[in-house]
Amino acid sequence: MNFNDNKAIYLQIAEWVFEQILNGKWKEGDRILSVRELGQQLVVNPNTVLRSYDFLQNLEVIVNRRGVGYFVAPDATDKIINYRRKQFVEEEVPAFFKTMKLVRMNWEELAELYKES
Amino acid sequence: MKKPKTYINMIQLQNINFSYHKGRTIFDDLNLSLEGGHIYGLFGKNGAGKTTLLKIIAGLRFPKHGSSTTLGQPAALRKAEMLKDLYFPQEEVYVPAISIRNYVKCYAPFYENFDNEQFEEYLHLFEITSMDDKLTALSHGQRKKVIISFALATNTKILLMDEPTNGLDIPSKGIFRKIMTMAANEERLILISTHQVRDLHCLIDAVVILDNGHILLNASADNITDKLCFKITDDTGTDEPILYCEENLRGNLLVTENIHHIETKLDIELLFNAVMLNKERINELFNAKN
Repeated sequence: MNFNDNKAIYLQIAEWVFEQILNGKWKEGDRILSVRELGQQLVVNPNTVLRSYDFLQNLEVIVNRRGVGYFVAPDATDKIINYRRKQFVEEEVPAFFKTMKLVRMNWEELAELYKES
Repeated sequence: MKKPKTYINMIQLQNINFSYHKGRTIFDDLNLSLEGGHIYGLFGKNGAGKTTLLKIIAGLRFPKHGSSTTLGQPAALRKAEMLKDLYFPQEEVYVPAISIRNYVKCYAPFYENFDNEQFEEYLHLFEITSMDDKLTALSHGQRKKVIISFALATNTKILLMDEPTNGLDIPSKGIFRKIMTMAANEERLILISTHQVRDLHCLIDAVVILDNGHILLNASADNITDKLCFKITDDTGTDEPILYCEENLRGNLLVTENIHHIETKLDIELLFNAVMLNKERINELFNAKN
């Protein structure tokens, strides 16, 4: 896995997990890799993976069944979409608007582009 | 979750004074406590005393003053109880003129948790295929791979490594990282001294910086990114106190204090430079008693 330079690694791992769930590689209710296994697979310190899993548990995207392992939560997709929407609105949209103003683009032009995409 | 007591202070150095010659002090009242379940990176400039520190922990050098306790034992006594749970391959690995198979026969019995399956798996990942090759017939890098594999397979509670990636070729460095993530567990203490910060990328979860006879910083990666921000930015304006700035094609590489609680990714090289430039402020940020 290639990590980018700006974001904490545990958050990048969480985003990678989001992707696995959203694109259906990890299905709701499935058991997922253990902390050690994912650490080995992504070549990161297991403590960092543990932190990602704590974060994902707080978002209720995954659940920990003691002694059994971690599972994708039954409504993980909704939880991820809610979280990503919030992130999009709070972090990405303001930057996007800023660039729109900078390059003097109006709504009509943008709507045109949206239709084409 | 509370850790069992033995995991805390697995290595403890208190008020250590050490010098090799009269007049040249290496350590001056040095204190350091390390706990199990972490991979620590030990950093310092050339001559800062990183190797000496590892040797004191292993009981191979004796401080003039102060106490060095390893796994609850005075390190200098080198008791069997301590030695069977500590492994310290040196930077320049010594190998006897015997085959890998015989090396294991000779040395593995000293380590009760040595796991031959693991050893063979690590060798396999490093693409060392024959156990019958004489160690002295191998290249420097190949010898190092054998010794690293052996060190990890001993499953000792403490593993000290001095420049483990020196002499490894490019693909082997990646394999080294992978093997380290396989060998790390919640009880083991791994302390790696190195200048090759890129080789430890994503591997270490705690940083120890040695400077001028003291420990300047001993903090977990989480604690560091909680207090400091590492960012690449085109913006020159920031309201956060800047500790270090470096210009680069991608923009300005900045280390600032983290007053807005934004979590960024630890960059060891930038951290080291920021720490060296702001020793007092770093000390205030990390060692202040609250």
